[in-house]
Amino acid sequence: MSLSAYLLRLGDDRLILGHRLSEWCGHGPILEEDIALANIALDLIGQANLLLELAGKEEGQGRTADALAYFREAVEFRNALMMELPRGDFAFTTTRQFLVSVFEVLHLERLQASKHHDLAGMAAKAFKETRYHARHSVDWMLKLGDGTAESHDRAQAALDELWRFTAELFESDDIERQIVAEGIAVDREALRAPWLAEITRVLTAATLKLPDGGFMQRGGREGRHTEHLGHLLAEMQIVARSYPGAEW
Amino acid sequence: MVTGVRARTEYWDAVGSVLDPEVPVLSVIDLGIVRDIREEDGTVVVDVTPTYSGCPAMRVIESDITDALVRAGAANVRVNTVFQPVWTTDWISPDARERLRAYGIAPPSGAAAVAGELIPLQRRVETIACPRCNSRNTERRSEFGSTACKAIYYCLSCTEPFEYLKAI
Repeated sequence: MSLSAYLLRLGDDRLILGHRLSEWCGHGPILEEDIALANIALDLIGQANLLLELAGKEEGQGRTADALAYFREAVEFRNALMMELPRGDFAFTTTRQFLVSVFEVLHLERLQASKHHDLAGMAAKAFKETRYHARHSVDWMLKLGDGTAESHDRAQAALDELWRFTAELFESDDIERQIVAEGIAVDREALRAPWLAEITRVLTAATLKLPDGGFMQRGGREGRHTEHLGHLLAEMQIVARSYPGAEW
Repeated sequence: MVTGVRARTEYWDAVGSVLDPEVPVLSVIDLGIVRDIREEDGTVVVDVTPTYSGCPAMRVIESDITDALVRAGAANVRVNTVFQPVWTTDWISPDARERLRAYGIAPPSGAAAVAGELIPLQRRVETIACPRCNSRNTERRSEFGSTACKAIYYCLSCTEPFEYLKAI
């Protein structure tokens, strides 16, 4: 039970962020970037597919990855709130991708040692993919932050806006603590310090200012979402719900 | 746990005839994604490991493998997805790398980049030779290309763009 709940969180983070990134397809600022965002979206949705399939298997009620992706309501999603925020401008998308990718590189590096055989294998694969994502977003943070006055201001504004959603990435609860103790999951709280160190190093080089603490928003892991998730799901789920069971 | 016996040669040959739909000069065995083929109580079981998590070619590959085995006489086929050990471009043979180059895709350079800083501020300069003119005067345009496994490069000598199969 704890395991399927944990897998759902990992899967939903990737599914929702992957969907947000896919919205850039055909709208990227340059062709190469359009392709890059679509590629990263594809990796994330692929990872989500594997994780949700496994979540369904562990849950034991016969739900497939598709059933979990397309036939749950917003309150049943367990992604962190940051993932569902609208894509914003390119600086916002890039900054979110940077904050999440660095977190995931650190997270997946450790998850490869999970005692759950398939989860460890998926993590090892996703780790390699995510290193590419992180490198890509670091390149862009440096370019935007240390670029023109406008790119700098937009990146800083994105960072200030996103900051209150970062604490949720490191939030744990009894469900996770139990499987951390079993050697299956990674202790998110322990990732906070290394994440902050990496983020600070990049932001300093990018001439951007680390936001001050302040109020932190939370609730996604319990299904309390922003208004944006419902709109995202409406678009993501409409075909599957209009033609349930359709195959092509 | 793996049971069953190693599949007979004609089944290996059949699977070896299946090409990657995105890189049709490499077979799925050249790529290293077929981890085992065995026979269990009249069923041919093929263990396949994915390249990238989201690679859309995987489903096509699975159905191509099934078709090839049925044509080779297998009564029942099961394609099994395995996640460990994790696929790496290091498994692509020297011969297959040469075919990639001849086809116009620069093969993965060196060993998969697992070493180095986790979050590098500066890139390791990686020189990729142009598959057409062999010049090393090339530049990377994007680390993400037409498929998950490729990057986009540009040759400054012959002024042709080319794809590079990323080391992973």
